[in-house]
Parts: sequence; C-alpha cells; structure tokens
Amino acid sequence: MTLKKIITAAVAASVALTAVHADELKGRGASFPGPVYKAWTSGYFAATGKKVNYTPTGSGDGIKSITKRMVDFAGSDKPLKPAKLKKEKLYMFPSVVGSIVLAYNLDGVKDGELKLSRAAVDAIFTGKAKFWDDAVITKENAGLKLPHAPITTCVRADKSGTTFNFTYFLNKINPEFKVSKKPTWKAGKVVAGKSNSGVSANIQQIKNSIGYIEYSYKIKLGLPAAQVENKEGKFINPTVASFQDAAKYASWTPANDFYAVIGDPAGATSYPIVAATFILLPEEKTETNKQVTAFMDWAYANGDKAAADLGYVPLPSSTKDEIRKYWEAKGIK
Amino acid sequence: MNRLLLNKIVLILSTVSAFIGIGFLFWILITLTYKGLAGVHFETFTKDLVEGGIRNLLVGQFTMALMATLVAVPLGVLAGIYLREYGHGSKFASVIRTLSDVMTSAPSIVIGVFVFAILVDPFGGYNGWAGIVALAIMMLPIIIGTTDNMLALVPKELREAGIALGGSKHKIILQIVLQAAKVGVTTGILLSFARIIGETAPLLFTSANNQFFTMDLTGQFPSLTVSIYNLATYPDEASRNLAWAASFILTAIVLFINLTGRYFTRNKH
Amino acid sequence: MGGKLFRNFSFFSATLSFFLLVGIFAILFTYAQESMHTFGFDFLYTEIWEPGEDDEGGIFGGYIPIMGTLMSTLIAMILATPLAMGIAIFLTEIAPGQIVKPFSIAIELLAAIPSIIYGMWGLFYFAPIVQLLFGGNGVGLLTAGIVLAIMVIPFMAAITRDSMNTTPDVLKESAYAIGATKFEVIKDVIMPYSKGGIIGSIILSLGRALGETMAVAFLIGSVMTVPKVITDPTTSIPVLLANNFAEAQDLEISSMYYLALILFVVSFTVIALAKFYFFGRKKH
Repeated sequence: MTLKKIITAAVAASVALTAVHADELKGRGASFPGPVYKAWTSGYFAATGKKVNYTPTGSGDGIKSITKRMVDFAGSDKPLKPAKLKKEKLYMFPSVVGSIVLAYNLDGVKDGELKLSRAAVDAIFTGKAKFWDDAVITKENAGLKLPHAPITTCVRADKSGTTFNFTYFLNKINPEFKVSKKPTWKAGKVVAGKSNSGVSANIQQIKNSIGYIEYSYKIKLGLPAAQVENKEGKFINPTVASFQDAAKYASWTPANDFYAVIGDPAGATSYPIVAATFILLPEEKTETNKQVTAFMDWAYANGDKAAADLGYVPLPSSTKDEIRKYWEAKGIK
Repeated sequence: MNRLLLNKIVLILSTVSAFIGIGFLFWILITLTYKGLAGVHFETFTKDLVEGGIRNLLVGQFTMALMATLVAVPLGVLAGIYLREYGHGSKFASVIRTLSDVMTSAPSIVIGVFVFAILVDPFGGYNGWAGIVALAIMMLPIIIGTTDNMLALVPKELREAGIALGGSKHKIILQIVLQAAKVGVTTGILLSFARIIGETAPLLFTSANNQFFTMDLTGQFPSLTVSIYNLATYPDEASRNLAWAASFILTAIVLFINLTGRYFTRNKH
Repeated sequence: MGGKLFRNFSFFSATLSFFLLVGIFAILFTYAQESMHTFGFDFLYTEIWEPGEDDEGGIFGGYIPIMGTLMSTLIAMILATPLAMGIAIFLTEIAPGQIVKPFSIAIELLAAIPSIIYGMWGLFYFAPIVQLLFGGNGVGLLTAGIVLAIMVIPFMAAITRDSMNTTPDVLKESAYAIGATKFEVIKDVIMPYSKGGIIGSIILSLGRALGETMAVAFLIGSVMTVPKVITDPTTSIPVLLANNFAEAQDLEISSMYYLALILFVVSFTVIALAKFYFFGRKKH
C-alpha cells in the first residue's frame, strides 16, 4: 500500500500535467438514457453553444467515474442508496423514465406477437426453458409456430443499470434471482454485448435470440418485442402509453435524493419493466454542478419532446419542480 | 508412398496455403472498400463525431500518434545507437536488446493498464497525454530494433574512415553512420508509425474518446480506433456505416504508409 | 564534452526499455496485491467473478478468462502453423521469381492491417460462416481462434520465410544434385537448418496471440462462462480488461491487475524464451 502511494506520488511529481480547465462538461455512464442524452446535448449545444460530452458506457462505469471524480457528472440507472451517496459525497436526482423491452429474433414472429408470462421470462433467463417450444412459452402463444431451437439470451458484458432494473423485475417474479448490475447468468446459451447497443446488435445478428434492451433501441432498429405479463396478470405491449401508466406509480422525494426503483408497478395497464435513470454529481464541485444543473434545467424545460419521440417518458412537472428545489437547497442551481 | 507423389502433394498444399493467405487479404480489403466507400462522404471529413463525421477523430488519432512519435523516435534512435555503436558486444547491450525485443510483443492492453495506473488514476481522468505515453511505449522498442538493425548494415569501413579523418566518435555516429542508415531508419519510423496509428487497446482507458473536436490533451481525447470499436457494435445503420467508413480510411492510411516505407527501401537496395 | 553527453543520453535511452519492463511489472504487482492477498493462487482455478453489494468486496477468480486465452490461442496456433509453413515454403521454394515479391508484400500487408479491422470484418463477415458450418451463435471460442489464426499467419510466415532463406544455396544444390525432390530438400535440408528460427517464429506468434485484444473482443462473446463446446462464447484476459477494466473498483480492479500481471508474465516468458533460445545465437 505504501509502495503504491510512493509510486503514485513519484509519478505525480515527475510528470507535469497541468490541469487546464476545459470548456466542456464531461459525463460518463448509463447507456440506457444514451439516445435521449445525445439528443439533449446536441440540442443544448445548438441552443447555447455549450458542450456536454456524455459517453454512454454503462452505469457501472458511471458510478466508478464519479466516485473517483474522473468526470463532472455521471449517469446511472441504478439509484444509489442514501448511505452510499453520503459515503461517496454525491448528489442524485432522476432525469427521465424509460423502459426495458424483451426484443427477439424469431423467424416469422412479428412485433408484439410473442406473449411472455412472468413464468416464461423467469424460465428463459434462468435457463429452465432451453428451447423456444418449451411448454411455459407455448402455453400463452398457441397461435405462433415456435421452433424447437435453443434459446440464446443476449445480456450485458458490462456492469449495467439496465441489467439492474431487469434483474429487479426478475427478482419480483422469482426471489431467488439476485438483483445485480452484472449477475452470473445461468441460462443455457448466453452472449454478452457492450452497452444497450451491443446487446441490440447481438439480437439483430443471432437467430432465435432474446435480450433485454432499452425501448428507444427497439424503436430505432425496428426490433420485434414481446408483450410482458404485468403484476396484475395482464399482457402489455411496450408502448409510450403503457410506460406513462406505469410511471404514474413512481414516487420520488428529495428527502432520500429521489431514491426509488420503479419497476413492476401496480395498475392493469402498466408495462412492468420500467426504470428511472439518474444523474450523479460530486458534492464539492459547486461550479461544474451549476453548469450540469443548468443543462438539466434546459433539458427539463425543452427536452420533453425529444425524449418522448425516442420513447422515453419525461418526468412529471411536479417532480421536476421538486428537483429544482433540491438543487436550490444544495446550492447548486 | 511414392516420393514424387508426396513431393507433389506438399508443393500443392503449400501453394494452396499461399493463396488462402492472399485470399484473406483480398476478402478483407474488398469488404472494407465496398462497405467503407459507401459510408464515405464529403461531410465525413468536415464534421465531428457528434454530428456523424470523423474530422475530430482523425485529428485526434494523428495528434496522439505524432506526439508519441516525437517522444519515441529520439529515445529509440539514441538507444539503438548505444546498442550498436557504444555497447556493442557487451553483456549489457545484449540483455537490453533482448528485453526491448520482448517489449515489441508485450500485450498492448497491458500497456494500457499500466499507463492507466500511472497517468489516469492519479490524475483523476482519462487524458490525451496518457494515450500518447501508451503509444510511445508501444513504439519505442520497434524504433530501437530497427535503428539497431539498420546501423548494423552500415559497413565498418565508413566508421574507420571517419576515425582516420580524426572525427570524434559521436560526430562519426551522427554525421556518417546515421546518415548512411538514414533511409532504413526512416522506413523503420514510418512502419512503426503505421503500426501505432491503428492501435486501439492501449487507448481504451488512457485517452478514451471524445465526440467533440478538442486539442486539450488533459481531457478525454478523440480517437478514431476507439470510436470504431464503439460504433461497430452500435446497432443502427448510420453508426455502423460510419464505423466501416472510418475503418476503410484507417486501413488505407496504414497500408499507404507501409507501402511508402517499402518503396523507399526498395529504391535504396 | 559533447561526446560524453551524447553517450550518456544514448545510454540512458537504452536503459529505458529495462526500466519500462521493471516499471510495468512493479505497478501491476503492486496494484494486484489486494487481490493476491485475498485469493492467492486459488484465483487461478476459481470460476466465479462476482462483485459484492455496491461494488465492495466480492469473489473473483481468473479461471474462465485464463482458459479462454489459452484455448483461443491454442486453436489459433493449430490452424496457423501449417498454413504459415506452407506460405513460407511457397515463397522460398516454389514461387517463381517475379511472383515472390508481390506475394511477400501482400502477406506483409496482411500483417499490417490493424487488429480492430480483423475484429469488425470477423464479426460481420466471418462469424456467420462459422455459424453456418459449425453451429453456435457465430461468436465464440472457435471464431475467435480462427480469426486469431488469420492474424498471426502473416507474422509467422514472414519470420519462417526469413529463417528458411538463410539456408545456404550450396546445401540445397548438393541435395538436388543427388536427385532429391523439393519436398526432400525442404524436409531434410531446409527444415533442419532453420529449425531454431521456425520454432522461434511459432512461439513468437503464440506470444502475439496471447495478448491480442481487439479482434478477440469482437468475436469471443465476452461472457464469463466455461464453454461446453468449442463454438460456445467465453472470454479472455485481454477482452475482460478491455470491457470491464474501466468500470471496476476496489477488489475487482485489483483482480483485473492480477490478470494483467499473469498475462504480462506469461507472454514475457514465452517471448523471452523464443528470443533467447531460438534467435539468441544468430543475432550475435
């Protein structure tokens, strides 16, 4: 440990790296909101000439980057518990709500035709169902001709908030399934991809595959996605309307830095796999925090349409106001 | 087995393997040209990644590779001179020579990890300098190797003539020996430049990437290769086409530099 | 005065590669300490890679990436060696004079293509063929191994050709004079004469394949599972580092340094062996 310190100090001393203040905000993390952040940063750049450089790597990378203070802000779809935030000296607030769809690559099965019961989702991702014509799947899909082909599940190679929110849903169905950013998958055939893009590309490429991706990736690529059985036993198509219905059940409060996992909500018309995505800020960097909140403020005011176009659900305006108050209270507005 | 038949079989198999090798080269090049040219437009070169072009990426990649060359070339040439002109025949020189040969094949990702530990972690962020250092570390042993080999080709008589004229050793080295080996050394530099400009692994967590145009080496720096890695696994057609276009341009640059280098040496010998 | 300074500068530059090697080893070793103390040598055969709650602690074992690295390299070597030998033989003994040059250049250009290009081409054009012929998902151990082979072939062929070219013509001619066939000359004259260089080229290529990152990252599937069949996806040390190093913390990143150290030591040993043992004597 001391050797490590000595080496670090020696190198730090011998290399003169002057910290020039760059004129752009740096963010890394969650790929789940990647498309909407991209739209927002481009719009913000066009409107104000200010650069926000967001790299959609994955929530794990975002959390690490911000705890190590390597970036000005981070994106994470996994909300951090208040204790963790306190320990790492971070602020947190949600930016937008999105949803996770189960996209598949099955010859002859069109978008929304496949119905997946909660038992089927569990069976597929825990490896209990190995083939597409397993009884647990065919039970709800009498009209479809599902092949006797092995199921390939497409998952994330990196630590992911999308995975966290998806495993949160799996855990609601089957408590034995651990909620994790990067679980050890027990399914028979697993292929991993980097970020939501990598998983989407794998689903596109691999026949008889199924994977979990953020909704806007499905829309952009025209991938077919399944109807999923919600808490009340209804099969729900992933649509902006069913996400909005689901988002109504979310409750956020500034008291715990808006900590909330909103997956598997109540309501007969709610799509079950929804998630909020969060921004993390370092407490001590007041100056850059103000720039980040200025950007987010702009996005809350002007970005709803871009978000909705991409298939995200903008936060309710009451929540936005709560967040603005939270910024004021923390002195970062 | 009939020895003439056996002879024939082996010769045919060898010829077939040579054509398989060439076949792969053409397969890759044709694919690249076909997919790449489709994605190359005028805007590809005038816009930055954030707007769907590669201008900032090309500038970033070249900046890092050139800066790395500026670091690695003087050090590498000097080291090569020491090995051949001063330390030649000594135990020390032969150990250093072997070590630097080994460095040539060191896994590039490990060099990335090393530079992350010394230049990213302690300074709190990915930065262009770290990318430059990582590339320079990749380049250094190659330059040492070629300088060493090229100086070895310079005839002894030249050095002796220099001594006879009363030149001091370092002047003989700089003005006579290095001059004589100039073409070879330059080619070596060109070839190693071609090698590092296509590197990805050492840049992944040193310079990382930037979608905007920047010349600020203390922050995340745009990289063509890292962008290709990201874009290629993006599912949308536009990103993928851009990845193909970028790959095509990168390969064209690398092969062009290679061929130029080879052309120079061919004229010489 | 200037001469002394120049000499000292060049001496310093020469020692740099030594210090770099020592530095890399020291840094990796230091940062790997936490993991080495926690897992010791069990790390080598533990199949689990699971960060703990909130990324603190966890259980990490390198078995899967280590095996993935070794297996993909093994597949590559099995495929590359005969083809590279064939190419070298073709270039030294078969091809007519005017063909040798363009073929040599083409083979060397193949070696110059950046590895990320191999990865991308492999993913979109080669993986589907592997899937068609051998089943599986397209990405996996076999695809990674084959593309790795294509990458090292030119490298191996070039060194083998150079070694074969060192065989004195007198030896070859006298063998032909007593009626030997080309194959017999290759087998009984050239091969024994250039044995050291040929084995060396194989080991050097092995060293390259062990550390190859980008091409494999596209093709191996990147999952932490033990492959049951050869077409199954798995991961390798460089690929795990490329995908997950940046996001790892605490014990996990220390375990990544541990893996980097293992890769570094193994490839160092392999390459040093080739250089010292097989090329050492010739390079006086």
